[in-house]
Amino acid sequence: MTALLTIIVLVFISIAIWQMVKIFDLAQAKVENSDVATDKDNTINGYLMMGFLAFIYIITIVSMVKWGDLPLLSNAASAHGSDVDNLMIMSLVVIFFTQTITQFLLHYYAFKYKGEKGKKALFFADNNKLEFIWTIIPVIVLAGLIIYGLNTWITIMGVDENDDPLVVELYAQQFNWKARYAGADNTLGKANVRLIDIDRANILGLDEADPNAQDDIITTELHLPVGKPVLFKMRSQDVLHSAYMPHFRAQMNCVPGMITQFGFTPVKTTAEMRETPQMQEKIKNINNIRITKSKDLVANGEEALEPYEFDYLLLCNKICGKSHYNMQMKIVVETQEEYNAWIKEQKEFKNSLIKQ
Amino acid sequence: MSAHADTHAHDDHGHHHKETFVTKYIFSQDHKMIAKQYLITGTIMGVIGILMSLIFRIQLAWPEEPNVLFEALLGKWAPDGVMDADIYLALVTIHGTIMVFFVLTAGLSGTFSNLLIPLQIGARDMASGFLNMVSYWLFFLSSVIMVISLFVEAGPAAAGWTIYPPLSALPMAQGGSGLGMTLWLVSMAIFIASSLLGSLNYIVTVLNLRTKGMTMTRLPLTIWAFFVTAIIGVISFPVLLSAALLLIMDRSFGTSFFLSDIFIQGEVLHYQGGSPVLFEHLFWFLGHPEVYIIILPAMGIVSEVLAANSRKPIFGYRAMIASILAIAFLSTIVWGHHMFISGMNPFLGSVFTFTTLLIAIPSAVKAFNWITTIWKGNVQMNPAMLFSIGFVSTFITGGLTGIILGDSALDINVHDTYFVVAHFHLVMGISALYGMFAGIYHWYPKMFGKMINKNLGYIHFWITAICAYGVFFPMHFIGMAGLPRRYYTNSNFPLFDDITNVNVVITIFALVGGVFQLLYLYNFFGSIFFGKKAPKNPWRSTTLEWTTPVEHIHGNWPGAIPEVHRWAYDYSKPGHDVDFVPQDVPLKDGEEELQH
Repeated sequence: MTALLTIIVLVFISIAIWQMVKIFDLAQAKVENSDVATDKDNTINGYLMMGFLAFIYIITIVSMVKWGDLPLLSNAASAHGSDVDNLMIMSLVVIFFTQTITQFLLHYYAFKYKGEKGKKALFFADNNKLEFIWTIIPVIVLAGLIIYGLNTWITIMGVDENDDPLVVELYAQQFNWKARYAGADNTLGKANVRLIDIDRANILGLDEADPNAQDDIITTELHLPVGKPVLFKMRSQDVLHSAYMPHFRAQMNCVPGMITQFGFTPVKTTAEMRETPQMQEKIKNINNIRITKSKDLVANGEEALEPYEFDYLLLCNKICGKSHYNMQMKIVVETQEEYNAWIKEQKEFKNSLIKQ
Repeated sequence: MSAHADTHAHDDHGHHHKETFVTKYIFSQDHKMIAKQYLITGTIMGVIGILMSLIFRIQLAWPEEPNVLFEALLGKWAPDGVMDADIYLALVTIHGTIMVFFVLTAGLSGTFSNLLIPLQIGARDMASGFLNMVSYWLFFLSSVIMVISLFVEAGPAAAGWTIYPPLSALPMAQGGSGLGMTLWLVSMAIFIASSLLGSLNYIVTVLNLRTKGMTMTRLPLTIWAFFVTAIIGVISFPVLLSAALLLIMDRSFGTSFFLSDIFIQGEVLHYQGGSPVLFEHLFWFLGHPEVYIIILPAMGIVSEVLAANSRKPIFGYRAMIASILAIAFLSTIVWGHHMFISGMNPFLGSVFTFTTLLIAIPSAVKAFNWITTIWKGNVQMNPAMLFSIGFVSTFITGGLTGIILGDSALDINVHDTYFVVAHFHLVMGISALYGMFAGIYHWYPKMFGKMINKNLGYIHFWITAICAYGVFFPMHFIGMAGLPRRYYTNSNFPLFDDITNVNVVITIFALVGGVFQLLYLYNFFGSIFFGKKAPKNPWRSTTLEWTTPVEHIHGNWPGAIPEVHRWAYDYSKPGHDVDFVPQDVPLKDGEEELQH
């Protein structure tokens, strides 16, 4: 019944719109028209073009002011992060500059040269000089961006084994993360999902016979000592996942059947990051939002939200199934001493197995 | 070649044929009817695809809140009106698939290549009317299968439109990877067959059936775009077909092309030695050229509409052709930029960064040439023209952020975030849709013999233009804030709480924009019946399709096919009284054809 009523209402609305347009048509002085733009249409739409140009500029400025503080354009927590941010800012400057000018030309010309009866357009079909100019300018700009970009990329991806990085495995499964530390020998033991033995708590499929595996440490939180290079080795046991650590400008897919890697050096501890002015402001902002939301929740008899405290996060960023949206692991960056104390408390692999 | 076309036309296509309803409207072999069939099917698929996006936009703005709309539309997938996380992923997946393949590939290329290739090159019909008919009906079949897959018990395919295995290969990884994914793969295999038949037909027709005097450098840019699009399609679609077939083998026959070392739900699977990265290579070998398969026809349409409505020749005709060819060539060697962080060798990443950023050069040339075409024109603001200007605007906005995503070092942090969603929706989603609308408004009189109401067209354009920016512009910022795409809700990450209000703004723009597409549908279908009768050449255009009679006839021209004497862009040429000289008008004494 509701459906029928809705349909009837929609039909009436359609008829009303059609009639309005009919009236609009009849009101237009000359009936010469056959739905081809007249000078009046050209003028109105010409002005609307300028209005639209203003709209583009306004939405750009409003977005920058209102949401410009959301982006991760500064405050990187890894050594290579500031290189990425600088490159990003440089690219954004090029983009905004080009955007502002080209959108202006497009909409302004559409407005300025709006059609009039009896006017004749300029017959201007070709000009090699102009074509050359707007081929060569992008070539130069892009050459700069390519060189800068590739330099940054190679620096990030080239892991120097001589730095003696801390080797950590990130292990992905639907829908959580595990970390495996290499232990005192800093060498990860061999592993394969075929060796997984849930009954014995060998959850990552470590090779029990491999001497290097004995001192490996499996954890559900990722702790990193500040200032020390880390080399992550990624594995997945089921489907594709992606280890995304936005604050460190780091991401790599976890692929079943192969080991991928990504390395970086954390430069700010969690505590230091919380103290930065940008983060303070963000936390304050988020907590205000949560307080407002909590009021509604409490009014409905539900529990209030807990206040937000910043932590680095590892997120899954490759669609991996139903709970993809909640696949996360806390990352703690701390001083070497704190890290040593923490790792000492964790169980080594050989002691974590259930004896049968 | 024109002689051949002439003789065959009079015998086969005259009025002698007795046509039944079935041969005229259903199993038609006439390219104009097939074009309309593509358009109507594409429109229906478009309505489904856009409706899906509105549903998940509502979920993103007001996550996990009960909603009557969900209960009504999603049934068991929204118990008590709260959307299920699986169906969210399915909606995203099918929205992408439908919009990319069924609307913007088949709906756009299928409609306008079929309609315009014979009409603009001066041919009686496609090279093979029969294959053309088969092509449409395969497309129809694949659409039906795709829609049927929505009603499968365990849910439709939900692994993202890129269907990366193992997620798409293992029914135990996700409900949608069962029968839903099988139907998806079958539907796509049939779709690819349809697309290949169509493309071969377009290529052969353009090469062989051009009328006398229609040299390649006198072709309108639409035809160049359709022609090159068909070539890219023939090169890249078979690779997706092979990827789909191998995936079917992995799923059903126990092979290990893409799978290895998998432990899921407490058991080890037998797969060994395959690689999901291989699938990514195969998928994107089509997947990237695919975005150019979508955007090139739109570029062709826009070039044509901009020139006709600016009453000026398209600026830099040869440069436009060269840039189409350059884009087509580069499009086949950039697929790796989707895979910078897939585990592929970083050196390979460098190569793909280089080739990817090169594409910006021909794209910039095109954008500047379009702007120069408007410069000092006599701009007629028909709805098609508005959509063409809108196309250039969104193509620039969306294209520029490509230099961030194409840069491997920057891609690390914005890969698979909303920044990507904003980029590709503007540069190939909205732009191509604008190109399609421009084409529909411009050639509506040719297709239906009626004029489409311009006032409704104006309202349609301005609301759509504002809403499109309102939806996708803010997405850049939430993407730069690190918000991953394909998240059912962000409420498990207090980190993203400050993004919720942006999501509400985006959804409101999306809803308004979506509702106003109904106005367009109303205009489109209403004008077929109530529109004013179209004159022969309403936009005072130079190309050959406007020399055919308003009433459609088999064989397109009642008499001989016109001979072509000049290029397609003699607008406002000095020495002529009118501001357009059709291609079939012979050169005057002493008039020089432009050495374009």
